[in-house]
Amino acid sequence: MIPEYSHFSLVLALCLSVLLAVLPLYGALRGDRQLMLTARSLATGQFVFALVSFIGLTWSFAVDDFSVITVAQNSNSLLPMHFKLSAVWGNHEGSILLWILIHASWTLAVAMFSRQLPVDILARVLSIMGMIGVGFILFSLLTSNPFERLFPNVPQDGNDLNPLLQDIGLIIHPPLLYIGYVGFSVAFAFAIAALSTGQLDSAWARWTRPWTNVAWSFLTLGIALGSWWAYYELGWGGWWFWDPVENASFMPWLAGTALIHSLAVTEKRGVFKGWTVLLAITTFSLSLLGTFLVRSGVLTSVHAFASDPERGFFILMFLCAVIGGSLTLYALRVPTVKSQVRFSYLSREFLLLLNNVVLVVAMLTVLLGTLFPLLMDALGQGRYSVGPPYFNTLFVPLMALLFALMGLGPRARWKSSTKQQLFKPLLSAAVACTVVALLSPFMLPGEYHLAVALGILLSAWITVTAFMHLHTAIYSKSESRLKLQRIRASHIGMLLGHVGLAITALGVVLTSHYSSEQDLRMQLGDSVTTGVNGQYTISYVNDGEERVDNYLAQYVLFELSKDGKVLNTLRPEKRRYLAQQNVMTEAAIDAGLSRDVYVALGEKLDADAWAVRVHYKAFVRLIWLGALLMGAGGIVAVLDKRYRRVRSARSAMSPTFDGTAQSAG
Amino acid sequence: MHPQRKQRLQIIVFVLIAVAIAAGLLLYALRENINLFYPPADIAAGKVAVGQQIRAGGMVREGSVERSEQNLQVRFVVTDYAADLVVNYDGILPDMFAENAGVVVAGKLTENGEFEASEVLAKHDENYMPPEVAEALEQSGGSSEAEY
Repeated sequence: MIPEYSHFSLVLALCLSVLLAVLPLYGALRGDRQLMLTARSLATGQFVFALVSFIGLTWSFAVDDFSVITVAQNSNSLLPMHFKLSAVWGNHEGSILLWILIHASWTLAVAMFSRQLPVDILARVLSIMGMIGVGFILFSLLTSNPFERLFPNVPQDGNDLNPLLQDIGLIIHPPLLYIGYVGFSVAFAFAIAALSTGQLDSAWARWTRPWTNVAWSFLTLGIALGSWWAYYELGWGGWWFWDPVENASFMPWLAGTALIHSLAVTEKRGVFKGWTVLLAITTFSLSLLGTFLVRSGVLTSVHAFASDPERGFFILMFLCAVIGGSLTLYALRVPTVKSQVRFSYLSREFLLLLNNVVLVVAMLTVLLGTLFPLLMDALGQGRYSVGPPYFNTLFVPLMALLFALMGLGPRARWKSSTKQQLFKPLLSAAVACTVVALLSPFMLPGEYHLAVALGILLSAWITVTAFMHLHTAIYSKSESRLKLQRIRASHIGMLLGHVGLAITALGVVLTSHYSSEQDLRMQLGDSVTTGVNGQYTISYVNDGEERVDNYLAQYVLFELSKDGKVLNTLRPEKRRYLAQQNVMTEAAIDAGLSRDVYVALGEKLDADAWAVRVHYKAFVRLIWLGALLMGAGGIVAVLDKRYRRVRSARSAMSPTFDGTAQSAG
Repeated sequence: MHPQRKQRLQIIVFVLIAVAIAAGLLLYALRENINLFYPPADIAAGKVAVGQQIRAGGMVREGSVERSEQNLQVRFVVTDYAADLVVNYDGILPDMFAENAGVVVAGKLTENGEFEASEVLAKHDENYMPPEVAEALEQSGGSSEAEY
């Protein structure tokens, strides 16, 4: 009965989210305080029932209830328990349920932590969150019911979880990514609520910022984790493939990055209001677009989508409703929004605008590259694929421009800076960075690459200017010394974010130029050298077979040595999963901050020989280390005490804000 | 003009120029870096120029896979049952590569009419047929069952 109870619980969650979508908003329009106050309890109720439903599905997976179709198709009795639990979201139906749960959690969090918000704004925000909830719960119940049963022919055992997903990375990657995706619905709801009242002001931006930051941080971590997983699990040693599924998460990240910067300007200076709202709408729409791309089957083929259009059609309609509705509201409201502030072209406002333009162009680049093949296919123009060269050609110059600007932005003052203020202190920094950058490739083994020098220059530039910004912020002119107590969480957050990006960029540049890759045939006794100067030797010392839990592993033991000294034994495997007889490659990696040595098995060529892939990956870890710092930066910035100043937030509101005078657009 | 309006206009013009430049670059990069899919029948019919970057695909003909004894050179025939395409590849084949299974290869045609693959793709699912391949087989009127 557990699946039925869970199903019923999801229906109840739907009812509550319908009420949440309607009652508080109606209350806000009518000025009925009682109705507006229902929002908080409805949000709680929606969360509780979504949680019960999710726990129910998890239970079915845990106890191997193969009468539930989702469980039968995606789990197996041989599966270790932790993978049975993660199998809950290793499939379409379960991952949509996770989406719903995370959305309900965000809704609850907004209800709990926004007590300083005026009642009517909170009511509108939660109503909009409720509408999104309705959309997704309906999607689950109508097209992707995870609790559907298979009676009376209950299978003896399940189909098994895709072996690629039987991995620690895939236990945590989807939840992190979804927390990020769904979190942008908060920024969206705030934007729509503010639009509907016409009150786009700095108080609105201040409320939105922490939520957006947290969502962005989780998305950053989710993407980084996905990249790391692809690196070690897919067996090819690449860390980014410009695959449509990756792009689907990268587009909201780019738009979200633009959004958090644009929100900063709106909060501090009260400008770019319309633009910020547009970005909030765009970011969330891209999250939905990502869901559509990944969930509708449209990526495999437009025709596959056309033959089973139910799910894709639903999300597409939902996407159209969200984009159409919010843009209509935007068109109606934004002409009335006016910014009364001027700024010069050397101001921080303007530099942040440039940053936004670059990020949006980058986002559009990815969007075009991702949708172009779908478009051509749908129009019957043939089957195209857009490869990494397209993305790299455009991304490298765009990012170089962005990084150059990143040094200027934090140094510039709001409103206007003189050339003297802006460029003079930066000149020495620029010179120092250039000298270091030009010299440092000599210190690295291998050839001199000008591209590496440029990469180091930009990374150093971002890092140095980020620290200079901190220095300025905490330097007391009157006492001419640094006052550490002036350091605020937002300073540290920005520092971490920018330095994190610098480290990631450095990792990308170094790993692209100093890595090497060999595919070769090896058998017992063979060895091969790798590394920039061939300082590492990998020798085939043994092989064998082993049965583990739910798979049979063929393995080869390699000895990794450097200058004759043995460092490690590497054991790459070829696994045959018993349930489906799927073959999987498990790479073996000797990891280090400055380099990874990566060995993967290809196919067994004959009785003694294996095809072996050997990678030397220079500084590849920096890519994910930098992303971790960026993610941490977003979270740290939220701890800034100005977001907790309850009363001052309210005092920024206009007198009409008691929830009576406004009507929705 | 009101100074504020003037500034807004300047910004809009600036953004438009930036977007136009970006769009130009975008289309250029796109034109250089897309590649189209062709089934073996189209290649046999001479629709593809030598040296053009394309993708091709079909079924791996049973018994056609030949490996080198010394290195990772491999040679196999991809067919849509209307025409055959000989593919040469130097590297590791994906886990799901098998005879009588669908495959997509990326690379270019050489002077002798054979295909030099830089990449071989076969998906991680034994029931999966690359959509391009399924379509190509449908069009050529052949199917894997037709062989048996």
